[in-house]
Amino acid sequence: MKFTWFNLMPWPHLPDDFREKHRSVWVDIPNTLYDPVRGHAVYHEYMDQLEYADSLGFDGIGVNEHHQNGYGLMPSPNIIAAGLARRTSRAAICVIGNSIALYNPPIRVAEEFAMLDVISGGRLVAGFPVGTPMDTNFCYGQIPALTRDKYREAHELIMRAWASEEPFAFDGKYNQLRWVNCWPKPIQKPHPPIYIPGGGSLETWDFCLEHDYNYSYLSFGGYMAAKMLLDGFWEQVAQKGKDESPYRAAFAQIIAVADTDEEAEKLYSEHILYFYNRCLRVYPGFADPPGYRTIKTLRQGTLTLLRRENQQLFQNVTWKDLVERGMVIAGSPETVRQRMEELIKTLRVGHVFCLLHSGNQPDEKTRHSTRLFAERVMPKLRGMWPEWEGDDRWWIKPLPDRVRPEQPVEAGR
Amino acid sequence: MNARTLETRKGARIRVLEGGPEDGRPVVFLHGVAGLLEDHAFLDGLAERYRVAAPELPGYGESTGEDLLEDMLDFALHGWDVVDGLGLRRPVLIGHSLGGMIAAEMACLAPAALDRLVLVNALGLWMDEHPIPDLFSFLPFEFGDVLFHDPERGAGLLTGGLDFSDETAIREFFVANARRLGTAGKMLFPVPNRRVSKRLYRAAVDALVVWGETDRLVPPAYADRWAELLPCAAPVTRIPEAGHMAPYERPEAVAEAVTAFVG
Repeated sequence: MKFTWFNLMPWPHLPDDFREKHRSVWVDIPNTLYDPVRGHAVYHEYMDQLEYADSLGFDGIGVNEHHQNGYGLMPSPNIIAAGLARRTSRAAICVIGNSIALYNPPIRVAEEFAMLDVISGGRLVAGFPVGTPMDTNFCYGQIPALTRDKYREAHELIMRAWASEEPFAFDGKYNQLRWVNCWPKPIQKPHPPIYIPGGGSLETWDFCLEHDYNYSYLSFGGYMAAKMLLDGFWEQVAQKGKDESPYRAAFAQIIAVADTDEEAEKLYSEHILYFYNRCLRVYPGFADPPGYRTIKTLRQGTLTLLRRENQQLFQNVTWKDLVERGMVIAGSPETVRQRMEELIKTLRVGHVFCLLHSGNQPDEKTRHSTRLFAERVMPKLRGMWPEWEGDDRWWIKPLPDRVRPEQPVEAGR
Repeated sequence: MNARTLETRKGARIRVLEGGPEDGRPVVFLHGVAGLLEDHAFLDGLAERYRVAAPELPGYGESTGEDLLEDMLDFALHGWDVVDGLGLRRPVLIGHSLGGMIAAEMACLAPAALDRLVLVNALGLWMDEHPIPDLFSFLPFEFGDVLFHDPERGAGLLTGGLDFSDETAIREFFVANARRLGTAGKMLFPVPNRRVSKRLYRAAVDALVVWGETDRLVPPAYADRWAELLPCAAPVTRIPEAGHMAPYERPEAVAEAVTAFVG
């Protein structure tokens, strides 16, 4: 098993009445709620936590891209990743990822990811999301019906740029470049491991399997709700005649560890509820612009949020709901171990993105939870896929002899 | 009106509503962003006098081939492909809403190929001081509020009386709406302006601007802007108690304005 410590980087100072006063945490959130002076401390705290996770033995540290988003302070995850590449030397730097349809031209992603791979000594995990409608369409203006086509073209350009040893001309529909010549190039050959974060569209599964990329299901709905979806993925794996290595799939899970179950609720419920009740308030009109999903996918989907009377759904979820429905795995190390084991087996995943920081959780609590997970949970889950031990097809291959930071971050600072 | 299917030279399969006297003046109506609604009294009114054809865009209703069309030029040329396929010479082009945007582009491309141009609550221009609401972020139940002068009656017209408590019906509406607006988004997303304003000097043809006065999607200031940009000093006819969907809310008044202009 591989564990990546992931920070969404939420803004921790959303007001108590955020839900009542504002329709969305994303796209049209009033930017007067952001305070750059407080933001200075927030970035450093979050980056320190990522470095701390590296020092505790997490396999990876993870960042992602969101725009105009109150729970994601990384419009450019590559900037954060660059900082981490300099201050760590062991963990994979998982950028999950760059929304490649947004970069103009997308050769920019080929270049920046190559830079990160080289600076980190071959530790980059490269994520290529299609991107959420909020980011891709509403914030960055891409035409919904053409987003997937543009994504496909961007992917083709990046992969050819990494592979080619000679300059070539690229005559695309969205990008025309006379001289494509990626410089620098990544250390990892033929390319860094590629992760495709996605929802449940059949097209995404086929894309992952066709290229042998990792499929990462990133939801905040927890592992129980994800089962049906991952079952569908594994069915598709079987249908395509691929092997069933659990490392083909990754899942993101909100986790909180304390000495006892009661203590976990006491320490973390406030902050996790902040995340669900404030950070996840997204105006449903931004979630599904016409044209973004294929008609086939739409017909399968649920439409509960489309009715006027259902607009207040998910309001005031309780700790009990979250824990019972597996949206949050929280409790003593033993409770968390049991439920993580269930998650890993149920979904058949070899990678877990561990969301051990939630909402406005303070630094000391985050470190406490992270340390307990690293020391008392992670070791017991390591060997869960003995028959696939050593399957590193979806993991980094760093240089054995690489530059280490001059002042390593001390564990338990 | 009779319906038939027409295949364009490019390969799109289009449903066309046709009516009116064979020897009448040819009039082509290009529907708006919401599509051709079932209750088309406006077309019936025009068909009393003119030979009317109302093609449905690919991606709308039974028309297919939307994957063949990607940008504004594709859609404008598709418009002419349809006119050619119908065998009509120098028609009067009436474009409503999104159809107005397409008709204006068609007129810029081939001004000698149409007789007259009528723009009804047309999309296609942008004025910073009158921002157009983002219809791509609307939830299904919000369309009526913005498109119609009388939202309650409008919602009924829009959905053909759909029962919003029926899960299957709401799904079908949602899917059809996604297909329609997904196609429209190629012209309208994220800002409904593909710079026809810089080409309009070419549309040297007699033109009329008709506007539902209480349009909450494209405010009436845009009527004056079209009139200003069209090279022929187009008159503006305002229709009271009608919103963006004026041809459906006040069919007689809009048909009357057209008839008075076309003759």
